[in-house]
Amino acid sequence: MNQNSFPILQTLPMESTPCCGSTGSPPADPNERPGYALCPYVVGFMETVVGPVPRVATSLTWRDDSGTVRARLGLSRENYRISPGLYCVGYPNALSPILVTANYKLTFDALRCELVGMNCWILALDTRGVNVWCASAHKTFGTEELVRQIKRWRLSDLVEHQEVIVPQLGASGVSARDVKQWTGFRVTWGPIRAADLRTFLRNDKKASAGMRQVTFDWSDRLILSPVELVLFWKPTVILLVALLLLSGIGPDIFSASTAWHRWRLIASAYLGGLLTGTVVVPVLLPWLPFRSFYLKGLLAALPVGLGLVWPYFRSGESWITPAGPLLLCFAVASYAAMNYTGATPYASPSGVEKEMRHAIPVQLFLFVGALFCWLIEPFMITVGGL
Amino acid sequence: MEAFRYIPGVVTLQLKEVLCVGCGACESVCPHQVFQVENGKAQVLDRDGCMECGACVNNCPTKALTVNPGVGCASYIIQKWWMKLRGVEGEITCC
Repeated sequence: MNQNSFPILQTLPMESTPCCGSTGSPPADPNERPGYALCPYVVGFMETVVGPVPRVATSLTWRDDSGTVRARLGLSRENYRISPGLYCVGYPNALSPILVTANYKLTFDALRCELVGMNCWILALDTRGVNVWCASAHKTFGTEELVRQIKRWRLSDLVEHQEVIVPQLGASGVSARDVKQWTGFRVTWGPIRAADLRTFLRNDKKASAGMRQVTFDWSDRLILSPVELVLFWKPTVILLVALLLLSGIGPDIFSASTAWHRWRLIASAYLGGLLTGTVVVPVLLPWLPFRSFYLKGLLAALPVGLGLVWPYFRSGESWITPAGPLLLCFAVASYAAMNYTGATPYASPSGVEKEMRHAIPVQLFLFVGALFCWLIEPFMITVGGL
Repeated sequence: MEAFRYIPGVVTLQLKEVLCVGCGACESVCPHQVFQVENGKAQVLDRDGCMECGACVNNCPTKALTVNPGVGCASYIIQKWWMKLRGVEGEITCC
């Protein structure tokens, strides 16, 4: 922004301000256009043979950070996108590399943060705001879209090298051969992680074995937990309301005070199971035995469930009181853990399907068993007390 | 990814060695280093390491590779089963 081009406005003394007591907001940025808004991460524009190209910042502001947090919490994940098209970092020229990416803003932010001090072009494909790997499975990060954008932005006029660097995880959607055939552009497979880009470019665009290998460390695993949890909010609300109603049913037909009293136990068992499947299992993933996720979930739920109902065992009450919550905790933890397969970068669809053939009957049995125990509990207690 | 191994013996990846020209495309796109090119032919070194992402199939110039494409997501599979059970066809919303 060049505010100095309006010296008169800036030197106006306070006394001569209009009646409203303010000179208003700063003057319009020269890059502003009627009907458009400047994106906060754009720091300027570069004039090129294909028209003005927005130059993006290589650091994140609080706005980007709060957007990241919202997306990670699953609050704005569905529509967290930037406009697809050509961007640049620094002052690139006809020899600078072209980095292809997705138009999911988390992806775009992760990329530009790694480009501090570099000069390069960024081509963001229209992946409908989805990350590279998932979008390449759906072919939105794919050959057709890459070809379309290469032509749309006349990249053959922009650069001499006729090469695009595509993240390796885009290979499920992009066929390097077809791109070459249709545009003349050579696809070079870039590293999986943006953090390796600098080394990759310095190393004559050769990716080491480590750059080509997917990893899944504890922070990668844990950061997905909030989204997994949020995906469960609808069934959670429905189930908790249903459990509240069920908890009130007893020998005296329905009792609100009993409902509330009993609901607290079964609801905490449900939430304990949910947190086990969405947080505990992802964190302990490599250390939990069994290959199948539903078994990992069951195992992790064992201490959690027993811990929750332990007082009921100790107080010598009927076994039926803790049985329902315990079974529910197992069922939910197992189901949520099984759901986590989709978030991992190593579970094959064939494996997930095989796992589910075993898991779903077990989980249904546990769930129905839990409801049954919970429903008969008030009657059992009454009979036992007589 | 040595620490993470999934259910063995289920992967649908197939390599027809006759068709392989040893270009190494599969080796360079595989995120789990399943392949190795030796003596002008690709070899499947670690079949159970495959997650069926389809990157190799998509980039094989001679169609020497095949894999059942799928979505490894539980809710997707449940919807698929449910539709099969009811005998209807439709679009599955997921991921």
